[in-house]
Amino acid sequence: MSVELSSLHKEYGKQIAVNDLSFEIKSSEIVGFLGPNGAGKSTTMKMLSCFLPPTSGSATVCGYDIMSDPVEVRRHLGYLPEHNPLYKEMYVHEFLLMCASVHQLDRKKARVSEMIDMTGLVPEQNKRIGQLSKGYRQRVGLAQAMLHDPEVLILDEPTSGLDPNQLVEIRQLIKRIGEKKTVIFSSHIMQEVQALCDRVLIIHQGNLVADCQIEDLPSILREEEVYRVRLAPGTRASMLEQLPGIARLDHVSGGEYRCIFPKGTSSGSSIFTYCAEKGIILDQLYTESTTVEDLFQQLTTSS
Amino acid sequence: MIAVLKKELNSFFGSAIGILVITVFLVIMGLFLWVFQDTSILVYRYAGLDQLFEIAPLIFMFLIPALTMRAFSEEIQTGTIEWLSTKPLTDWNIVLGKYFACLILVILALLPTLLYLVTIYLLASPVGNVDMGAAIGSYMGLLLLSGGFVAIGLLSSTLSRNQIIAFILGSLLCFVFYYSFLYVSKLPVFFGGMDSFIEQLGMDSHYRSMSRGLIDSRDVLYFLSIITLFLVISHAVISRVKHRSI
Repeated sequence: MSVELSSLHKEYGKQIAVNDLSFEIKSSEIVGFLGPNGAGKSTTMKMLSCFLPPTSGSATVCGYDIMSDPVEVRRHLGYLPEHNPLYKEMYVHEFLLMCASVHQLDRKKARVSEMIDMTGLVPEQNKRIGQLSKGYRQRVGLAQAMLHDPEVLILDEPTSGLDPNQLVEIRQLIKRIGEKKTVIFSSHIMQEVQALCDRVLIIHQGNLVADCQIEDLPSILREEEVYRVRLAPGTRASMLEQLPGIARLDHVSGGEYRCIFPKGTSSGSSIFTYCAEKGIILDQLYTESTTVEDLFQQLTTSS
Repeated sequence: MIAVLKKELNSFFGSAIGILVITVFLVIMGLFLWVFQDTSILVYRYAGLDQLFEIAPLIFMFLIPALTMRAFSEEIQTGTIEWLSTKPLTDWNIVLGKYFACLILVILALLPTLLYLVTIYLLASPVGNVDMGAAIGSYMGLLLLSGGFVAIGLLSSTLSRNQIIAFILGSLLCFVFYYSFLYVSKLPVFFGGMDSFIEQLGMDSHYRSMSRGLIDSRDVLYFLSIITLFLVISHAVISRVKHRSI
């Protein structure tokens, strides 16, 4: 286990930020950490990086306890804080060299230029950090987090403020790192989580409300199967109500309908053959898949 | 610790603060010692650096808090304290790194004044007729005094995220520890009783005793305890500050 939380708890005064959170993360897993604003994502990450001490409970990173061995934890961990605080008056190169000497790395210069290459900072490497755009600052933040080749990477909203091209690049970068390292990252962009992660953790009001592998998502959520159908203009919808085994028919808009079946009773091909027999002309037919977004909304709006 | 120290020194010299502090100190010192008639050595015609050691604490009282005010305030304000404290550094590494960086800068400001000593040594008649014992004692005293001021300045910087507040608080505390005990001890209430004890609490009496050229272990110990005390408090504050800086 590279990261292990056991009933980690944090209170600010009377407000509970993180409520007895327990989970384990295996090495070389990419874990997406989701939750609405103020759910306790950042607080959890801050505790794991030994910035905030927990009120109670414990956690280990690479086998080191966050309370008793914080320096060792930090040595094995790369952390990108939420607002990515950086020394604005420093030059990119200078800043990364300083990080390297804080981590007491050998061959500092080689490692720094390697990271600059990797994060695509080459054209900006001789500027002051304060002069960089947000996307490039974010890359500097990533570069400093990965500089010492940590086994665990904690990224708090790594893709906020990036343009679409940068988004793709940074995601590829995270994906590449995730092949060998453990990555925990938080994000508001659901598609990103779905595209990147092996596993999703959703927390709401400090509690863990979902913990599942990405590929298990659809079966977890749905008690029914939904097919979307678009009829060709002029076709009457009443025919659809006679679909064998149909539970409900919802009208979406125009010629679009949602045909809802009980779980495991229907398939796309049976709908297709039925329609062909009855002479219903279909423009489109597809299964509606469960997204992380659905899961997120379902879990975090009910309370 | 060395990494933090280097980072601080780099930022002093990268942002002109370092050069500015050294220049301001040397210009003011130069004016007082050689130009202004009331305090000029050339007018006074006595081969000694007494004026320097008289005036330097007054300048340091403002200059050192100006130097240290950004040490923690800026990190707390911009959030870089989170960056710094999630690196494999202990809180002591951070506090001591910053402390010694500021102290080195003060020493760099003091070093050129050794030229004054050489000048006076050569100007004296006969050549070399200077009380070197007093000069060495005074330099040591000034060094320890600056060490105390830096520790005080560092503490006030941990107390506020606003640099101006840190500066004013630092100056105030330096003043309190340098002068106020002396004046308080002179209040009639303490006469013949507590007065010498209270005077001993302030930096002034220990500094003066060292500038006579007498290096008493009690004076050295006094300054070292003051420095340790303020550094320990700074360390405690900074460990707490992290808990509420979200």
